[in-house]
Amino acid sequence: MSEPADPTGTQTEERSRGNETDEDGSVSRSPFHGLWALTNRELKKWYKVPVLLFLSLIQPVLWLGLFGKAFNLGGLITGGGLEIPGLSIPKEVLNQIAATFMENTFGTGDYFSFLAVGMLTFVILFTAMFSGMSIVWDRRFGFLNKVLSTPVARGSIVMGKVLSSVIRSLIQAGIVLLIAVLLGMDFSNFSAVSILGTFAALFLMTLGFSAFFLMLALRSGDYQTQMAIVNLLNLPLLFGSNALFPAKFMPEWLQAFVQINPISYGTDVGRQLLLGAPGMNTLAFDFAYLIGFATVFSVIGIVLSWRYLTK
Amino acid sequence: MTISNEAVDRRQVPRRATPAIVEVRNLTKSFNHTVKAVDDITFEVNEGEIFGFLGPNGAGKSTTIHMLTTILKPTSGTATICGYDILKEANEVRRSIGVVPQEYTADEDMTGYDNIMLCADLYGIPRSTSRKRALELLRLVELEEARDRKVSTYSGGMRRRLELACGLINHPRLLFLDEPTLGLDVQTRTAVWSYIRRLKEEYRMTLFMTTHYLEEADSLCDRIAIIDHGRLVKIGTPNDLKEGIGGDIIELGLKEDSDSASGLIGQVKGVKDVKKVSVLSYRIKAELGEETAPRIIEVLRENGLHVTRIALTKPTLDQVYLEYTGRSMREEEVSSEQMMNHRRTMRAARS
Repeated sequence: MSEPADPTGTQTEERSRGNETDEDGSVSRSPFHGLWALTNRELKKWYKVPVLLFLSLIQPVLWLGLFGKAFNLGGLITGGGLEIPGLSIPKEVLNQIAATFMENTFGTGDYFSFLAVGMLTFVILFTAMFSGMSIVWDRRFGFLNKVLSTPVARGSIVMGKVLSSVIRSLIQAGIVLLIAVLLGMDFSNFSAVSILGTFAALFLMTLGFSAFFLMLALRSGDYQTQMAIVNLLNLPLLFGSNALFPAKFMPEWLQAFVQINPISYGTDVGRQLLLGAPGMNTLAFDFAYLIGFATVFSVIGIVLSWRYLTK
Repeated sequence: MTISNEAVDRRQVPRRATPAIVEVRNLTKSFNHTVKAVDDITFEVNEGEIFGFLGPNGAGKSTTIHMLTTILKPTSGTATICGYDILKEANEVRRSIGVVPQEYTADEDMTGYDNIMLCADLYGIPRSTSRKRALELLRLVELEEARDRKVSTYSGGMRRRLELACGLINHPRLLFLDEPTLGLDVQTRTAVWSYIRRLKEEYRMTLFMTTHYLEEADSLCDRIAIIDHGRLVKIGTPNDLKEGIGGDIIELGLKEDSDSASGLIGQVKGVKDVKKVSVLSYRIKAELGEETAPRIIEVLRENGLHVTRIALTKPTLDQVYLEYTGRSMREEEVSSEQMMNHRRTMRAARS
């Protein structure tokens, strides 16, 4: 075909390129293509808006500051609360009693360090709980349908959400830990192994919770329902664990719940590794439980979400 | 200017036979075992044409598109797209089609360029190729200037164009457009039409679109299917459909009163029916009115009768639509506009 002298040569080029459908032969056929793109889309919303990250950290830090610092249990004994008339107890003895009391109750010298580990699981739980929200929006705004019409694997759509929630919650937990240390958390037991071990436990916890809440969100379909579910679950999950208080002073029925609550296990690993505290269970049992929880719930969550997406 | 010249050049190139690019066979979708959203529809779309799906809200247009774009599974029946089965070879179907959904799906917090790149990643297009394509497409839809701006700063027309670019990232043979101009002002709508025409003429793409707008279906589509209550009620070219409801109306005034006029007119080729409305005026139903009317005038003059006035009314697609769905198109436009407002509110709520 003879090309006429055409000043818009670029247009001709563009057009002919558009006709070449063969060019698409080079596309990736990996089942994981698009997974990182979808994960990163979620993460971008978060790291590109620092205010959001800041806001999500306010709550755990407030808890640390207000609850952890104000609730000075050791001070109850040493601060003159134990004045008995006619009985003069030397100050050293009082301090000794307080320390023993704290050790026996919390497994560590101060409540602040005890609570700091609890806050790691707290921030993880809250991030995971809202992992489902974005898929509700994606569905409402048609993004989900658009993604479904592309050759991206159905599993990747679900995994992208779970993965972004996992990454986000672990980073937030890392920041909370740093702040806790700055505020005076006891870090004498910290080591590379203890920190890695703690985050491995947190990873398992957030994986299970993220997949589970994602599945709930996809099924419930609207964000009001999801909000209601989240609000309904967060209080019992948090208080029915050893994150804020040691379980041994709880009534038996509550202790039974604490024993099945995965949050207790994540916290237990953290306290044993980071604070050197005696645990609720052995580390091996804690990890086995968390692995079981993460496997069962992520499989259920992902399979149900996947089935829902391919209806 | 050069664009239209090229388009003419293209038409002179002999086109190969056009096999069906979409073949739909007895496609049915029921929800909850009772409501049949799509009820046993069968049709074909030819390669290289603009095919329009016309119907009231809830007629089953979107459900059909969702099944053809592999988002929903049919309850029964099947369809092939570019030769691939929508159930057995869903991934191949997804690779060969582009989809421009009804909603604005682009991420508001990301730039236009990043949105296109996200789509490219979903298709598994390597970065080296997708970077080049994204820029080309941004040029095509005239968003080059705005490519590094967040989508939240875009106008409705710009968003629509961005959606169009995203749908083209895998260079599809077939592009699905669900209400491509919904909620756009007339000017932007015309711009979108010109892109759609370019895709057909320059890129030889097949386009499958749904629409509420009559003018759109009429001027843009090569063939139209009217769907109502999940059933396909009529399919054909816009002209066929209009002819189908009885042809054009010619109204004629004569200078002289004549008993033979009706007979004379009735014998003219193309005239279907003649009615004497009053002493000097006639109402004629005819095929291809613009060609029949001069013939009528000629025949009457040969017989010494003089035409004093003549009016030609073409049937509109609105009448066609009314005939087959029992509803006027205008009512639909109002409700879709309301839906658009509803969507805007939700978007505002999100940010």
